[in-house]
Amino acid sequence: MKPLAKLYTALIFLFLFAPIAILLVFSFNSGNSLSVFSGFSLYWYKELFHDTNTLGALKNTLVLALCASLIATIMGTAAAVGINKLRSKYMRAAMNTVTNIPMVNPDIITGISLMLMFVFVGRLMGLSTSLNFWTMLIAHITFCLPYVILQVLPKLRQMDKSLPEAAMDLGCTPFRAFLKVELPEIFPGILTGLIMAFTLSLDDFVISYFTAGNGFETLPIRIYSMTKKTVTPKMYALATITFFVILALLLMSNLADTDDRGKEKQPRRKHGRKKRTDP
Amino acid sequence: MKRTLALALVLALVLSLGLCLTSCGGSDTLTLNVYNWGEYISDGSDGSLDTIKAFESWYEAEYGQKVKVNYSTYASNEDMYAKLKSGAVSYDVIIPSDYMIARLKDEDMLLPLNFDNIPNYQYIDSEFQGLYYDPDNLYSVPYTYGVVGIIYDANKVDEADVGGWDLLWNEKYAGSILQFNNSRDAFGTAMYKLGIDVNTTDKSQWDQALQELMTQRPLVKAYVMDEIFNALESGEAAIGAYYAGDYFTMADAQADTVDLQFYYPEVTNYFVDAMCIPSCCGNQELAEIFINYMLSEEPAVANAEYIYYATPNSLVYENETYIEDMGEDVMDILYPALDGFSAQYNQYAYRNLPDDMLDYMNTLWENLKIT
Repeated sequence: MKPLAKLYTALIFLFLFAPIAILLVFSFNSGNSLSVFSGFSLYWYKELFHDTNTLGALKNTLVLALCASLIATIMGTAAAVGINKLRSKYMRAAMNTVTNIPMVNPDIITGISLMLMFVFVGRLMGLSTSLNFWTMLIAHITFCLPYVILQVLPKLRQMDKSLPEAAMDLGCTPFRAFLKVELPEIFPGILTGLIMAFTLSLDDFVISYFTAGNGFETLPIRIYSMTKKTVTPKMYALATITFFVILALLLMSNLADTDDRGKEKQPRRKHGRKKRTDP
Repeated sequence: MKRTLALALVLALVLSLGLCLTSCGGSDTLTLNVYNWGEYISDGSDGSLDTIKAFESWYEAEYGQKVKVNYSTYASNEDMYAKLKSGAVSYDVIIPSDYMIARLKDEDMLLPLNFDNIPNYQYIDSEFQGLYYDPDNLYSVPYTYGVVGIIYDANKVDEADVGGWDLLWNEKYAGSILQFNNSRDAFGTAMYKLGIDVNTTDKSQWDQALQELMTQRPLVKAYVMDEIFNALESGEAAIGAYYAGDYFTMADAQADTVDLQFYYPEVTNYFVDAMCIPSCCGNQELAEIFINYMLSEEPAVANAEYIYYATPNSLVYENETYIEDMGEDVMDILYPALDGFSAQYNQYAYRNLPDDMLDYMNTLWENLKIT
C-alpha cells in the first residue's frame, strides 16, 4: 500500500506541476520555439518589459482584479453577516442558493447573459457603446461574490455567538461590536475570500471576453488573440513571473493563517473552562 | 499585522481606482478605437517603432490635438464579427480578411472611405485594387497579404519529390505529413491538387475532394493548426502547408538537425487583410487619417518587419532598409512576381460559401475525422 500511495502522490504532483515546469524552462529559451531549447537566456524577459501593449494589458488586469476582489470582499462579507443573522432556516437556504447561482452557472452563460443585459440597458440609456471598464468590473464582482460568501459564512458559524452579545452587554454599539469582536474572528475567512476572488478575476477569460469594451483589454484576452500567429515566449516569461508572485502571496497568507491559529487557541480554552465551572 | 494588511489593501483600492480614472483621459482628447488581429502591428519590442504611440505623437504635432488610441485585438474574423454584430462596442478601424470584408459589406456594416483623406493609397500596388471582395475600391485599404506554400525538411525529403501539392500525398513520407485541422484549408489542398475550383457549389466535386483526403489520411501524421510550428521546428514531421510569412518564423527556430525549405505550388490560396471603417465608427475623418498614417513609409516598414507578412504597399517593398533587413532569400519568397496577382487571386482564393455548402463541407469533414 505504501509504495502505491507514494506513486499516486507523485503522479498527482507530476500532472499538477509538469506543465508549469515546462513553461518555466522554455521561458529561458533563447530561441522562440516550444520544442527546441537553443540555450539559456533572459531575452524574453527583456522583451516582455519592452512590450507596452502587454504591460498595459497586465496593468488593466491587475487594476480590474484588485477593484473587483476588494469590492466583492466588502459586499460578500456584508452579505454573509446578513445571511447568518437570518432567523428563518428556509430563508437562509434560499439566500444561499441564490448567491451560489453565479458560481455553479457555466461561465459562458454568465458571460453572454451579462453582455445581453449591458447591451439592453445601454440601448435604454441611448448609449452607442454599452461595454466599458465598469461593465467588466460589475461582471467580475458578480462572479467573485459567491466565493467570498462561501469563505466567510463558515467562519461566522464557528464563532461563538455570545462573544458579540457580551461586547454589547458591556456597552459596545452593534457596529462597534462587529468591528472589535466579530471582524477579527472572521478575518482569516475574509482574507481567503479576497485572495480567491483576486485569482479568479485575474485568470477569467470567458466572462471578460463577452463583457470587454473598446480598448480595455485584459491579459487573458490579449494572449488568446495572439493565436493568429504563435504565442510568443514573452508570455511564458510573464506566466513564470505571475506563478511566482501568486506562490509568494499564497505562502504569505498561509503563514499568516497558521500564526493566527497559534495565537487564538489559548484564550478559547480558558473561556471554555470557565463555563464548565459556573454551574 | 492585520491592521497594516487591511490598510495596504484599502490604499491599493484607492490607488487603482485613481489610476483607472486618470487613464480615461480628459474630454479634449480624441479617442480612436482600433480593433486588430493579435500580434499584427509593430509594438516597439526589440527596438522597433511603436506605431500606435508614433501615431499619437504625430497627430498631436500635426493637428495640435491629443488623440488616444484604444487598441484591442481579436483572434479570428468570426470573433471580430460577433463582437461588432452584438452592437455593444464601437470601433473606428478594423482589419478583417477578404471574405469577411465581403460579408460585412453585404450586411451594410462598412462605411465607404473618403480617399481624399487617404492620399497614400496611391502607393498600393494596382494588382491589389478591385479584388473580388471590394470590386470598386470603396471600402478597404489592403494591409497585408499572404500565400500558402509548402514547407519541407530538406534533410528528409528528396529534392526530386518536391513540387506541386503531390508532396502532401507522397507515400514515401507516410507518417511525416501534416494536414490542416480546418475543413476549408484541408479541402483546399485536395481541390488545388485535383484542379477543382475551391469555391464550387457542385457537391460531387466536394465528394471527389473528400476521396482524395481519404487516400491521404493513412499518410498523415497529424491534423494541425498552430501546432505545425513545433512539429516542423523539432523535426517530428517533415512536410506541411502554411503561410510564407510563418515559414520564416519556423526556419528561425528550427533544430540543428532540421533544414526547412519552402516552395509555392502552381495554384494555391491567397489572403488579403485590409483596413476598413465599420458603420459604428464615431469619427470617420480621424479613422481615415489613421489609415493614411499606417500607409506612410516609416510605420508601414516597421509593421511589415514586425508582422513578417508581405505588404502591397510599394513604399515598403521598394524601401532599401526593408529589403536589406529582410534579406534576399526572404524577399524572393515573400514577394513572388506580382504580375497577374489579381487574376490569380480572384480565381483561386477562398470566398464565402453559401450556408448549405458550408454545412455539406462540414459533414464531409466529420466523416473524414471520424471513420
